[in-house]
Amino acid sequence: MGIFGITSKLIKSIAYPSEMVPSIEEDDGHHHFDAVTEHEGAKLGMWLFLATELLLFGGLFAAYAIYRAKYPEMFMQGSKSLDVVLGSVNTVILIFSSLTVAIAVKAIQENRIKLVKIMLWVTIICAAIFAVNKYFEYTYKFGKGIFPGTDIFYSIYFAATGVHMLHVFIGMAVLGVLLRKVYKGKYSKDNYTAIEIGGLYWHLVDLIWIYLFPLLYLVG
Amino acid sequence: MDNHASYKSLINIWLFLIFLTVVTVGAAQIDFGALNVLIAIFIASIKAGVVAYHFMHLKHEDGLTWIYASYPIFLLFLLISFTLTDMFSRVIN
Repeated sequence: MGIFGITSKLIKSIAYPSEMVPSIEEDDGHHHFDAVTEHEGAKLGMWLFLATELLLFGGLFAAYAIYRAKYPEMFMQGSKSLDVVLGSVNTVILIFSSLTVAIAVKAIQENRIKLVKIMLWVTIICAAIFAVNKYFEYTYKFGKGIFPGTDIFYSIYFAATGVHMLHVFIGMAVLGVLLRKVYKGKYSKDNYTAIEIGGLYWHLVDLIWIYLFPLLYLVG
Repeated sequence: MDNHASYKSLINIWLFLIFLTVVTVGAAQIDFGALNVLIAIFIASIKAGVVAYHFMHLKHEDGLTWIYASYPIFLLFLLISFTLTDMFSRVIN
């Protein structure tokens, strides 16, 4: 299985977890798991996945702590060179997109399909604006001759925001798949597990940024 | 699969998060020395807690989910605190 195979399987397992669970056929041919058990199990599985995600970023946070303690001056100067306004705007955008996902989950629980569509669209657009801002930030830095290898601060800055950016893109793909399935009429108030755990993933993207923003942009 | 918070309360939570963002940007402009990092991490943790508790519905989850949500934070604490302790207790860096 190539990288695309693994990626598509990963996205599929997040977007349609119920299809990844092998169903145990009973004698009468019915599925073994009832809907509530499946819903709870899928959510717990997502929380476990989020735990591993947190530890993935944990390595970067540990590197940050160590090198910041070792070279405080470098971190002060590096942090001052980052654009606080652009960083703040991106923070507000990501927190807003967290709200729209939360509203989408609430809306699907009430069967308000049109509201779900609007909220998922808004979330994806917010993610796109975030990505565009980040693109401008990176190209501005490159233009000034600052690259990931310039010093340890920028290595950590590019690694942390880069891995975060990757999560934004994966989140956009997950939300896109969910949105397509909403248009196909796959979800309702009795079947919204995928939207809820897709939302959990998106909130994690927000959570990571909540720490990255002050640690990289503000503490200077 | 019960219904949770109202739309209005979700928006209020969002406004609170924006308020905390403004506070954290404001606090960073004042020089508290080494305290600045701690203030930033403290405010970020409140924000993260609010997002997890309200937006991620931890409020309505059972004990097992709470364990799943909190144990990586404990592991992260071990990772960072022990590496820092190790680093600072070495004679030769």
